[in-house]
Amino acid sequence: MTEVAESVAGRMPAASRTRRMAGGPRLRRLVPALYIAFLLVPIYWLVNMSLKTNEEIVSIFSIWPKHPTLANYMVIFTDPSWYSGYINSIIYVVMNMAISVTVALPAAYAFSRYRFLGDKHLFFWLLTNRMAPPAVFALPFFQLYSAVGLFDTHIAVALAHCLFNVPLAVWILEGFMSGVPKEIDETAYIDGYSFPRFFVKIFMPLIASGIGVAAFFCFMFSWVELLLSRTLTSVDAKPIAATMTRTVSASGLDWGVLAAAGVLTIVPGALVIWFVRNYIAKGFALGRV
Amino acid sequence: MDKTWNNKGWFFVLPVLALVLFSAAIPLMTVVNYSVQDTFGNNVFFWAGSEWFEELLHSQRFHDALWRQFLFSAIILAIEVPLGIGVALAMPRKGWGVPVCLVTMALPLLIPWNVVGTIWQIFGRVDIGLLGHTLFGLGLDYNYVRDPLDAWITIIVMDVWHWTSLVVLLCYAGLVSIPEAYYQAARIDGASRWAVFRYIQLPKMHRVLLIAILLRFMDSFMIYTEPFVVTGGGPGNSTTFLSIDLVKMAIGQFDLGKAAAMSLVYFLIILLLSWIFYTVMTNAGAERGRATGGEGGR
Repeated sequence: MTEVAESVAGRMPAASRTRRMAGGPRLRRLVPALYIAFLLVPIYWLVNMSLKTNEEIVSIFSIWPKHPTLANYMVIFTDPSWYSGYINSIIYVVMNMAISVTVALPAAYAFSRYRFLGDKHLFFWLLTNRMAPPAVFALPFFQLYSAVGLFDTHIAVALAHCLFNVPLAVWILEGFMSGVPKEIDETAYIDGYSFPRFFVKIFMPLIASGIGVAAFFCFMFSWVELLLSRTLTSVDAKPIAATMTRTVSASGLDWGVLAAAGVLTIVPGALVIWFVRNYIAKGFALGRV
Repeated sequence: MDKTWNNKGWFFVLPVLALVLFSAAIPLMTVVNYSVQDTFGNNVFFWAGSEWFEELLHSQRFHDALWRQFLFSAIILAIEVPLGIGVALAMPRKGWGVPVCLVTMALPLLIPWNVVGTIWQIFGRVDIGLLGHTLFGLGLDYNYVRDPLDAWITIIVMDVWHWTSLVVLLCYAGLVSIPEAYYQAARIDGASRWAVFRYIQLPKMHRVLLIAILLRFMDSFMIYTEPFVVTGGGPGNSTTFLSIDLVKMAIGQFDLGKAAAMSLVYFLIILLLSWIFYTVMTNAGAERGRATGGEGGR
């Protein structure tokens, strides 16, 4: 009894001391708020610039657009050299996503359920590909895809991005699959399910969120990559990222259109981020949180 | 989980193996091929042995790029890790603030890397950028195109802006996994805020923090697009990191043998780091397995 009384008595000052040393709840809220402000200000500036005309950008310095205009966005949506960049990017990103997740699913299942000759070495080798600097692969990819006649096609970029996306998908899916108890597989076999039927009807719904997260991360890492996609394309499959860098070097002046193009590349990520918000950490940590 | 020994696993792995052999092993062999040969053009190659490697390992240019790369990664880690932990500790644990924080903080992670470069290129300009204009207004002689120090600061701030959220999100994932009972026990013991951090939160974050540090190190070690867009490696060579230097050499100058030798050295460094990463990841996984196994037995 006395012990309990003591601990209760001891708790009050300790609790208030804890709060004081953490700087109080107000300061506690200030840190994330300041950090988010730091993150959003540069993005705001890009949006701000995309709504101004070039004359306004160069002549008047203002925190918000004095004469907001959508002209820069109109340029992008009407000029084929701009909007085809978006279409090309989306085509190879979706191709890459489909390929990566499809081949990664069975592999991740094998890694999460079986031990086999050389499994650990193979798993490690996959990781080294995720970590490999694209700069090392830029030139050999260029030569390889030129040799097989795939240079400047969407599939070339999609296959090249498999270099880091397939390992990523395998690792993320393995993380999710290891959370599914093995008894489920065994029960399904006893119930007379064949393996493909079990995999599609029972197992895939169980790890649906994992598949979604893996697909999202494949989409994302393929979407943000520039070096390989720029090296492997020239005209027909030129991604939006390359279009942007070349416009800068060519004219160096059309800031408004450049800003608008940048804003439009942020949109896809911003649209789907809500659905994966609870899995972002897991995805970035290769399924290991 | 106990896994059964079954070599049938190889059939499941086969598609991945074929794909990665095509997209990684063949290109890498091309690199090995170039690194031991020399050419006078016309696709006539002859054996050069370890010549390229010797030249590379003695070249000042490679030493400089490597040194800049390590310095950059060290500065990035020194800033992003403490900042990330700090923000994660201060983040709300429940209520409407949680999704708002998660979504806005993840936003920079999803922006294409060249757009990150473009954002900061514009943001830092003295004539049209908010940051450059403000600093200029304060009387500072800030110009990232001309001054190497300003270029470095811009790139570091940009990387902090771009990637600190990764550390925050990982640490936050570690923090929310701590049961409330731990904090109650600490309060009963009258533990100070520092003691709570040192003996409860830090050990619980240990694993995710290691992953965050390793990921940040690896990714900053192969950074290419963002500094390429902002400074193009300049002024001079002051922000030419390993990847930028390599691409300059391979595609700019078409100096195949030397670039290939550099690629291999670069890749070996990455391989070593990956091995450390893998060991840490799998050991942490084993720890997690033991921990949950213990709870199950209780």
